[in-house]
Amino acid sequence: MSKSEDNPGQDTTDTDSSQKSDLPTLIPLWEVFIRPKNGLHHKHVGSLHATDDEMALQAARDVYTRRGEGNSIWVVPSAQIVASDPDFAGENFEPSSDKVYRHPSFYDIPDEVGHM
Amino acid sequence: MNPSVTEKPVAHAASTSSTALFNVLLQIADDHLILGHRVSELCGHAPMLEEDLSIPNMALDLLGQARLLYSYAAEVENQGRDEDDLAYLRADREYLNCLLVEKPNADFAHTMLKQFYFASFMKLYWPEIQQAGEPRLSAIAAKASQEIAYHVRHTSQWVIRLGDGTEESARRMAEAVGILHPYTQELFEVDENRQTGIDQGWLADPASIKQPWLDAITAVFKSAALSVPDVPFGQSGGRQGMHTEDFGHLLTELQYLQRAYPGSEW
Repeated sequence: MSKSEDNPGQDTTDTDSSQKSDLPTLIPLWEVFIRPKNGLHHKHVGSLHATDDEMALQAARDVYTRRGEGNSIWVVPSAQIVASDPDFAGENFEPSSDKVYRHPSFYDIPDEVGHM
Repeated sequence: MNPSVTEKPVAHAASTSSTALFNVLLQIADDHLILGHRVSELCGHAPMLEEDLSIPNMALDLLGQARLLYSYAAEVENQGRDEDDLAYLRADREYLNCLLVEKPNADFAHTMLKQFYFASFMKLYWPEIQQAGEPRLSAIAAKASQEIAYHVRHTSQWVIRLGDGTEESARRMAEAVGILHPYTQELFEVDENRQTGIDQGWLADPASIKQPWLDAITAVFKSAALSVPDVPFGQSGGRQGMHTEDFGHLLTELQYLQRAYPGSEW
């Protein structure tokens, strides 16, 4: 377990950064998801290194729930995440930008419904 | 150690009882302060970022528990001392922690194993203390039980992974067991203060958890491919203020700030 100078820490968008260090070859990288409270969904908060799932959960608890951030943790091996190719961002996401009618904002909500 | 406990006649039962309570509180508080200090030595020096957060987390838990115990001890003593006076301004012979907690960190195997031994003990002892029903101690026990349960979980996982890990990690963990195991018997020692507490019903007898503790240790050691050493004679003396050579060095660092800047607060 050598100390890594370029520990990816919170930088999870650039999955390639993990390649620069020798730590990930010994200890895999995990993505951490926290659910702030019951009824809400788990949200990606960052990543960490751990030898296995159990240690990843414990490290996630120690690194990401120090200030009461949540009541449930998911960890997922970073290698298991399938990401969209940034080169295809245009063809993937551009077509939806001019289709405002897909937003459900073209009808009036009755007052009785309250906040939605 | 205060000899008045045995010298005082039965007529002074009330004050004998509070002296015993004060000393027992100090023993448990000192265990937590000293181990917390040892653990905190790794803050910024842990082998990886994740442990660098985990280890000070545990140190802070231990320090928090120590504070509650010192505050209560100061009230029981009623001599105008506060938690800081008790924690920082006593001489080495006045500290009543067991020897296990003052043992140097040495390496990561020692650090994790030491914490595992102690946390496994307190995880079993706190509920017993809570059940004994001394009101303030019960409240402290309730809070501490949750925190210590996590310490057991975390450190036991490391004991298993290092014990059953690489050739080097297994060697280091086995070495740590050989060095630290003889210090675990002191956890179960009952001195005159504890005996008074047990007799009067406000303290649980640690002997009652010796077998459950050994079972818990054995189960983890089994997964860790480690064997529980047979130690006919354990090391002790801490409860009487007789400490190891390393303790003076630890205190120098622990007390430096209060000694150099008396009364400083932050």
